[in-house]
Amino acid sequence: MRDDSPLFGLAGHFALLSLFAIGGANAAIPEMHRVAVEVQHWMSDRQFADMFAISQVSPGPNVIIVTLIGYHVAGVAGALVATAAMCGPSCLFAFWVARMWDRFKDAPWRIAIQSGLVPVSLGLMAASAFVVAGVADKSIMAAGITAATALVAFFTRVNPLWLFAAAAAIGLFGWL
Amino acid sequence: MPDSPAAIPAKPPSLIELFFAFATVSVVGFGGVLPWARRMIVEQRRWMSAEEFNQAFSLSQFLPGPNVVNFSVVFGSRFGGAAGAAVALIGLLGPPVVIIIILGALYSMFGDLAALGRALTGISAAAVGLLAAMVAKMAMPLFRRGLHWAPLIAGFAFVAVGPLHWPLPWVLLALAPVSIALAWLRP
Repeated sequence: MRDDSPLFGLAGHFALLSLFAIGGANAAIPEMHRVAVEVQHWMSDRQFADMFAISQVSPGPNVIIVTLIGYHVAGVAGALVATAAMCGPSCLFAFWVARMWDRFKDAPWRIAIQSGLVPVSLGLMAASAFVVAGVADKSIMAAGITAATALVAFFTRVNPLWLFAAAAAIGLFGWL
Repeated sequence: MPDSPAAIPAKPPSLIELFFAFATVSVVGFGGVLPWARRMIVEQRRWMSAEEFNQAFSLSQFLPGPNVVNFSVVFGSRFGGAAGAAVALIGLLGPPVVIIIILGALYSMFGDLAALGRALTGISAAAVGLLAAMVAKMAMPLFRRGLHWAPLIAGFAFVAVGPLHWPLPWVLLALAPVSIALAWLRP
């Protein structure tokens, strides 16, 4: 009955995701949502959106949304297992590649791999925005905040924390 | 701040310096660690030139897994081998993981509080907007090239994983080889 432990589920899903997250943690969010909400039923849509929000306002790399999901599923052990599973395989791979990469700096196959993966990871990140918008924007006002934030962030260099603070205040007043 | 070519090259970081450098950057790096890492490594400590940094980071970006995490491994291994990679990685992840576990515990205690729920609703809506703006900025050079296969590949990836909810591994296994082949044939 070992398979019943949620730790195995966390380790398995995130270790696999680690090697498929081309474009980083932000590109893997649709898959995290699919697994956590639709397949494993670890949490609701609302909770997933909350965790995305918490991980974005918390310091550190975006990947810590995985730590939060792990904590929600199985406490501190879950948090550590999920983080190690998400970072372990890709780190070992990065370590291995880093040692030989400089030698092939100008090899045509290396350049093809690198530029071929750019549009893929961009599409995945756009899909992430789409999926999180689906769970986060449940009202017209919320969708308006998303659009306004996108425009301000695209055209200005305002510190994102101000945008988060404004959006939190609007939410707090109950306008969403 | 331009990088002065006359600057005396700094001596390579020790393991302890590596740990504290990444631990500091991880805690101050709200909304993305990368700009802070660049500032520390290139401008303040001068451990790498701007060009070296770009190369190391572009490698970390195309590797699978979290980009900044990969970068800590690539950077750490260059200056301290396996030990350097481990130390940089633990420095980068340690403090944020402790902080987020505390926040997770608070959320599981107070997550049902209406006021917190409302504030988080606002923040998640804004966070999506921020993500969308970042994607748009990164996509600009892709669309400037006119008729090209790259936007098409990006579009396929978007539709498959976004609206269609297809599992990421399958989409990648199908799409990545095609995209790499196209990059090889029509760069």
